[in-house]
Amino acid sequence: MTETANPRFLRPLSAPGADAGKVVHFGADKPLALDCGRSLTPFSIAYMTYGTLNAGKSNAILICHALTGDQFVASEHPVTGKPGWWGMMVGPGKPIDTDRFFVICANVIGSCMGTTGPAETDPATGKPYALDFPLVTIRDMVRAQAMLLDALGIDTLFAVIGGSMGGMQTLQWAASYPERVRAVMPIACAARHSAQNIAFHEVGRQAIMADPDWKGGDYQSHGTRPSKGLAVARMAAHITYLSEAALQRKFGRNLQNREALSFQFAPDFQIESYLHHQGATFVDRFDANSYLYITRAMDYFDLAEDYAGHLADAFRDSPNRFCIISFTSDWLFPTAENKRVAHALNAVAAKVSFVEIKTDKGHDAFLLDEPEMFDTVRGFLNSVAAAEGVA
Amino acid sequence: MSAPSHLRPDLAAIAEMIPEGARVLDVGCGDGALLEHLVRTKHVDGRGIELSQQNVNACVARGLAVVQGDADTDLTEYPAQVFDFVILSQTIQATEKPAQVLQHLLRIGRHVAISLPNFGHWRVRLSLLLGGRMPRTRALGYSWYDTPNIHLCTLSDFVDLARENGAVIDRALALKNDSVAGDVRPDSWGPNIAAQGAIFLLRKN
Repeated sequence: MTETANPRFLRPLSAPGADAGKVVHFGADKPLALDCGRSLTPFSIAYMTYGTLNAGKSNAILICHALTGDQFVASEHPVTGKPGWWGMMVGPGKPIDTDRFFVICANVIGSCMGTTGPAETDPATGKPYALDFPLVTIRDMVRAQAMLLDALGIDTLFAVIGGSMGGMQTLQWAASYPERVRAVMPIACAARHSAQNIAFHEVGRQAIMADPDWKGGDYQSHGTRPSKGLAVARMAAHITYLSEAALQRKFGRNLQNREALSFQFAPDFQIESYLHHQGATFVDRFDANSYLYITRAMDYFDLAEDYAGHLADAFRDSPNRFCIISFTSDWLFPTAENKRVAHALNAVAAKVSFVEIKTDKGHDAFLLDEPEMFDTVRGFLNSVAAAEGVA
Repeated sequence: MSAPSHLRPDLAAIAEMIPEGARVLDVGCGDGALLEHLVRTKHVDGRGIELSQQNVNACVARGLAVVQGDADTDLTEYPAQVFDFVILSQTIQATEKPAQVLQHLLRIGRHVAISLPNFGHWRVRLSLLLGGRMPRTRALGYSWYDTPNIHLCTLSDFVDLARENGAVIDRALALKNDSVAGDVRPDSWGPNIAAQGAIFLLRKN
């Protein structure tokens, strides 16, 4: 196992001068055992850190990213040049204060920002894995994160925090490694992916696979990219991240750069242009096969299933302090699903707080300027730090 | 240990009933003042349920484990007999189904402390008798059309409800002029006229 600076990103992801983060390589002596029965070896995890680990190694916070997120939680994205995806949340003096805490954010297994995924070269064949890459799960992602912590010499996390798929990972952390973390903050997530959410993911996957440039997943060998399919997948998914009220407020039936309907199929409405833009920019930074794999990982997530259908048993005798946040207009991970987790935690008398924040911004609210969320995160981390005597 | 002055007198009286280290659920815990007091001074294992998001945030910042929720709908999720004490202060009259709420409290907690305003207080009676309008008193200051207190009762009414639901009344404390006037017999007619409210300590028979 060796640690190096992140030398490159996978095609087409490279930007000279940008902070590409760090990578830990796990060799043949450290295979990643996967839920599907296979194991992944060798593999790499790309990650970023912010702040300083204290002498007692007690101030580390792991931030888990969402489906299309990455390790650049609080720094410029090397491909898009955009600021970190949670820049309002993480940084000096921010709710997750990097003056106090050592923040780690790692790219998940199966993704495409430096951690091993389907676009990587399979050492067995010398060709990209493509669909030979093993199916990964949320639990596999978390298992890989635990191995990263081992490599960094960090035994116990002060907190694990994440929204959406990142929230699923925090729940898996609490179930798999309760003794390795103190505070757990699942935001806008669920303990299982709903039928509706699986349905939306399948639409996205079918869009990618219907693109002739997908080439049965082997597009890298053919020198093509299924950009059209991936863009459509992103467009469909993006609608689920917003809310009807927010769409109506932002776009209504406003026309795009025209005074009247065109009576053609070019985008007439602002909402159409907006979605096109979302799709077009996404394909520049994300790998289509990674999208297939990670959506599948979310579909497979059902924490209760590992405990004979009893979600509460996932948290029995949990020493962790939980703070769950949901948003009123989130229809992808609605309050009811978040509350189901809170109820399971109540049933085993775990220490849990639950806050529902009023907003019309939908699921994406967790990435946006939501002062109540920032207050909750800050207050919770302060109180746990005081109770546990940390920093 | 005596309660600090910042606690409302009825909350301070409830706090005094609760033994060291108890497991406590405060339903409608507000900004968490009572719960925090109990955690600090009695080292209880405390949990709360609160409707208002601002209040829940205040509780979370105080380090309390509080779930945003509604006594009418969320008590069903709690398993039986997991708490030594369940507290419901000045809330039961604002619930949609007071009888169901009471049943859940008795199921969840080994002891239940409930404080409530008394609609049988002589000022209320006199106000309606002489004024001919829905009473507005210092303790119950709302107009009929905007009051959150949709299920007001007299102390005698509540005693009946408690017994109908199989509760034993271990203690009853009268509240007068914002202070605790001491133990009273729940069946006597005096407090039902003289007290502005009461705290009942109940348990399932």
